[in-house]
Amino acid sequence: MNRSRWKTRAGAVLVGANSLARLERIAIIAAITCASASIAAAQMSPAVPERHGWSARAVLDAVPEVARARKNPFEGSEREAAAGGKLFGEHCSDCHGAKAGGTRRGPSLLREEVQKATPGELFWALTNGVVWRGMPVWSKLPEPERWQIVTFIESLRPHETKQSTVGEAANR
Amino acid sequence: MACPLIRPLVPRTIPPPREPVPRSRHGYPAAFLLSLLLWYWAPAFAQESPYIVTYDHYLEEPGNLEVEYFSTFGTQRGGNDFHSFWTEFEYGVTAWWTTELYLDGQTTFSDSTLFTGFRIENRLRLLRREHFINPVLYIEYENTSGADKILKEVEGHDVESDFAEPNGELRQDHDHELEMKLLLSSTFKGWNVALNPIFTKNLSPSEPWEFAYAIGAARPLALKASPGRCNLCRENFIAGIEMYGGLGDAQSPGLSNTSHYLAPAIAWNLPSNWTLRLSSGFGLNDNSHRLLLRWGVSREFPGFGEMLRHLFGGRE
Repeated sequence: MNRSRWKTRAGAVLVGANSLARLERIAIIAAITCASASIAAAQMSPAVPERHGWSARAVLDAVPEVARARKNPFEGSEREAAAGGKLFGEHCSDCHGAKAGGTRRGPSLLREEVQKATPGELFWALTNGVVWRGMPVWSKLPEPERWQIVTFIESLRPHETKQSTVGEAANR
Repeated sequence: MACPLIRPLVPRTIPPPREPVPRSRHGYPAAFLLSLLLWYWAPAFAQESPYIVTYDHYLEEPGNLEVEYFSTFGTQRGGNDFHSFWTEFEYGVTAWWTTELYLDGQTTFSDSTLFTGFRIENRLRLLRREHFINPVLYIEYENTSGADKILKEVEGHDVESDFAEPNGELRQDHDHELEMKLLLSSTFKGWNVALNPIFTKNLSPSEPWEFAYAIGAARPLALKASPGRCNLCRENFIAGIEMYGGLGDAQSPGLSNTSHYLAPAIAWNLPSNWTLRLSSGFGLNDNSHRLLLRWGVSREFPGFGEMLRHLFGGRE
């Protein structure tokens, strides 16, 4: 009786040792998962009103002055706008729509605040994305290609908006 | 909103709106899924780097699934040459979090073909905006056998002779490893430079931490896009070079008894969503395989998450 009790205890200790090693592994994995989730949660904004619930104006307002004042090297070039249109179709239209009118995944770029944005603001927003609200950074596209996309977005503007934007940029 | 200035350009340069995904009650589910994957996705151009070992800081676009297949042919002194292969399923959960599943296998010539394990990986972007150096945290859990030869990274004191034994012996070992990398990457004037310090811990308590590195530089062959859709334009090619190797372990850090590789690489990003990669890795010392010839093919499926939500009746 005593012998079998000792056997049982020894078995329990051995099983316990294995379980401890297993628990240690699980604890490490759980800790890393929790840490990742915490980092993720901490970086999330507390309130996301819509699916892509971010205001383009809020994004554009955050653009540093130096970036805002940058000039588009391809300003007015139809060829570069066409190349930008191709790039837009390849990289942006899934979220912003084939005609930039927006989808459930991303806002319309025909909105007034986007249309009135300076080339520098658009370039900055494209480069940095709106990472916490779903738009990835696009700095992986070379700088000239990003300017081509900006040229395309600018080309979507009605003529009068274009002129007022030039005026506003000059006043800044 | 009217677009008077660009109207003439738009129809030629922008793909038409996506067709709705057809639903079929008949046919084999696998064929249905395959046809979904291959034919019903609107093209969304992938801009993939040529790196095979090194990571830059760019994550998968949210909601997109990228399916990748890679092969490595490796020469082996004191044993049989091998062909290892792996499949990756990479999904963009958010713009700052990408998750990935790897399935590994290998064929050792004149020996056998094995499934060698799986890996689960997460990459988390740490900073909100682009900076000169952009850090991304990489965490991976590996459950592989000792016969795993994909050489996705070369760690600690990994050397060529480790792979010389027959598969029957190698497969007896099982590794449960936790791998962490800090992906540091910078893009400037078209160049991307990436540095990945690597820290690996076998979850067996007696095993020490192992260290490794991967470093790479890459640049597109052209920095400006041409207006027309094309396959062979220079802007679709990205050339680069990467170097990777082990740095010892916590008990014996350093370069002694480690292997290192230098690998020129090229990626060809096709407008049809496919990317082809080719890399030729040359061993830099006697502990390294003389040649690791790698190639890979990948395809991106934009809006995969949304499609799944539709399929399972998710909220609009």
